[in-house]
Amino acid sequence: MSKEITGTTWTVYDANTLTQNEIYGKVLCELGEKHPEIVGLTADLAKSTKIGIFQEKFPERFINVGIAEQNMFGIASGMARTGLLPFVSTMAAFTSMRAAEQVRTDICYQNLNVKIIATHGGVSFGSAGTTHHATEDIAIMRSFANMTVIVPADGIETANAVRAAVDWPGPVYIRTGRGFEPNYYQTENYGFKIGKSVLVRQGTDITIIATGITVLQAAEAADFLKKNHGLSVRVINMHTIKPIDEEAVMKAVTETRRIITFEEHNIIGGLGTAVADVIAQSGKGCAFTKVGFPDVYSEVGYPEDLYAYYKLDANGIIEKVQEVMQKDFEEDENWEDEF
Amino acid sequence: MPLTIEEYNNLLQTAKKLRHEIVDITLKAGGAHIGGGLSALDMMVTLYFKYLNVDPDDPDNPDRDRFVLSKGHAAIAYAPLLAERGFFDKKLLDDFNKFKSPFGMHPDANKIPGCDASTGSLGHGLPIATGMALGARLQNKKFHTYCLVGDGELNEGSNWEAAMTCAHYKLTSLTVFVDRNMQMIDGPVEEIMGLEPLSEKWKAFGWDVLEINGNDIQQVANAIEKAQQAKEKPVVVIAKTVKGFGVDFMENQTQWHYGSLDSELAEKAHQSIDKKYAAIGI
Repeated sequence: MSKEITGTTWTVYDANTLTQNEIYGKVLCELGEKHPEIVGLTADLAKSTKIGIFQEKFPERFINVGIAEQNMFGIASGMARTGLLPFVSTMAAFTSMRAAEQVRTDICYQNLNVKIIATHGGVSFGSAGTTHHATEDIAIMRSFANMTVIVPADGIETANAVRAAVDWPGPVYIRTGRGFEPNYYQTENYGFKIGKSVLVRQGTDITIIATGITVLQAAEAADFLKKNHGLSVRVINMHTIKPIDEEAVMKAVTETRRIITFEEHNIIGGLGTAVADVIAQSGKGCAFTKVGFPDVYSEVGYPEDLYAYYKLDANGIIEKVQEVMQKDFEEDENWEDEF
Repeated sequence: MPLTIEEYNNLLQTAKKLRHEIVDITLKAGGAHIGGGLSALDMMVTLYFKYLNVDPDDPDNPDRDRFVLSKGHAAIAYAPLLAERGFFDKKLLDDFNKFKSPFGMHPDANKIPGCDASTGSLGHGLPIATGMALGARLQNKKFHTYCLVGDGELNEGSNWEAAMTCAHYKLTSLTVFVDRNMQMIDGPVEEIMGLEPLSEKWKAFGWDVLEINGNDIQQVANAIEKAQQAKEKPVVVIAKTVKGFGVDFMENQTQWHYGSLDSELAEKAHQSIDKKYAAIGI
C-alpha cells in the first residue's frame, strides 16, 4: 500500500514507490511552475537521471546536449548569465571529472546560479564498475570556491535540498544515488536547512557523522548497539558537506569524545576530511576514524554487495563502532601524562 | 560596402589608437599576448563600435548583445577596447597584470564592466555563448551573441561539441569568428595540429561558412551583416588574420604570441603602427 507524504508547500508523492531521483524530477516540475526561469539540462541521461519528467512538462525549457558534458556545463554557464536558473543533471562521475574544469571555471569561478544534480554517486551504479562510480566527487567539488555541496540521505531529503537550492545563491552540487536507495525520512518536516546538520539519534558514548545513504545505516546500527550492547550512539546527518556544520561537530567532540565519519566516498577529501579539519583546528582531542572507501578503485557488483564488502552498511559500521570504543585517546587537556 | 567612408575611417582611427594603447600597456604590464591581441582587434573594433547593441551606462542590460572572447588571452586588446567604448576609466589599465588589478592576462567578467564571460581556458567560450543564445531563445529575447575563438583553440574538442549543438538547435542568433592567424605557442597551427580543411569541417558540422580577411574592417562588417540574416544555419566567419597585425616585426612571428617590450622596442612598434595607417591615409 502506498503512503502519501505531505510537505509544507506541496505533496511529496509516494516515497515507497518513487525512487530518489524520480522524486527529484517531480519536485523540479513543481518548482518549474513557480519559477519560469528554471531550465533543465542533461547529456543523454534524461531517463537515467529522471530529469526527463521535467522535460515532459516543460519541453521548451529543456535542453538535451547529447553525450557532451563539458559543453553542457558551459551552456549552463551561458544560460545563467542570461538570467535563467539551470538545473543540470548527469552522473556524478561525469560532472565531477569529465566536466570538472567547466564546473570550476565556467560556473564556480564566475559564481553563477547553476544547480547541479549529480546522480549515481558512490558505487550506486554497482555493476557498471569504476568508470560509472564516483568516489572522488565530494573531494573535487568541495575544493571549488563558491560551491555548496549537499549529499541528501534519501529521496525526501533530495526534495528538500532541491527546493532549498533554488533560494540559495550561487552554484550548488547535490549528489544523489542511482535512485533505488531506501528512504530514511518519512516526512519532509524535520527542519532541513543548508549548512545545518540534523540530529538523527541522540547519544553520549560515540558519534557517527553520516551523509547520504549511510544515514539510514548508521541509525539502524545505533538502534542495534543500544539494544544489544547498551551503547549510546549519536548519529548526525551531515547532509551539507560544504559549508560544514562546525558547531554540531564540536558539540559531538565535546560530548562524546569518539567520532566516526561514515560516507560512500574515498576516505580522502570527503566528509571525513572535512570533519577532521574542524577537529584538528579546534585543538580538542578525541578518538577519530574515517569510514569510507579505502584509497582504491571500486569493484563490480550489486550495490548492496559492494556496501557490505566496503563495510558501508549497518553491519560494517557496528563493527567500526566497537573498534573505536576500544581506541585510546587523550582524555583530558594534560598532554604530559602521554609521554 | 556596408560601411560609409566616414564610418570606415572612424573604425580605422579607433583600431589605430587601440593598437598604440596595446603597445603601451604591454610595455607597462611587463608582457602580454600581444600577437593574438593584434590579430583579433579589428573584428572586435567593428563589433563594439558599429554593431553590438551595448550601453556602457547600462552594462548589464538583459537585452544587450553578447560577446564572448573565447580566446581570453586577447584581453590585452579587449580591455583597452572596452575602456575606449566607455565601460570604465582607461587609467585602470595602468595596473594591468599588477596586484589585485581587475585586468590580468585573461578577462574576469565579475570584475570588468562590459565583459560577458570569464575566459582564458581554451574551448570554453563557444559552449558559454551557445548557452547565451539558447537563453535568448527561451526568453524570447532578440539579442545576438558573438563568439571569437582562436584557430589553435579549435584543437579543443569542446568547441565541436558546441558546434554540433548550435547546428542542432539552429542557433542563428549566434555568430562565431575564428581568428585564423595560423600561429600557436609552439609554432604554426598546421604543423602542430592541423585544422585544414577547416571550412569543410564547419560545413560538415552544419554551419554556413564565410571566409574573409579579418584585419579588413569592411570585410568584417560585411560578414556581420550577412551573419545577422542567418535563417537556417548558424554562421561561422573564418577570418584570415595576421598575428601581430600592425607591428611589422611581430607580424606572423610565432614568438610574439606572448612577449615583452622595452621602451626602445615599444617606440619601434609605435612607428610601425603609424606607418601602416599612414599608408592608407589614416
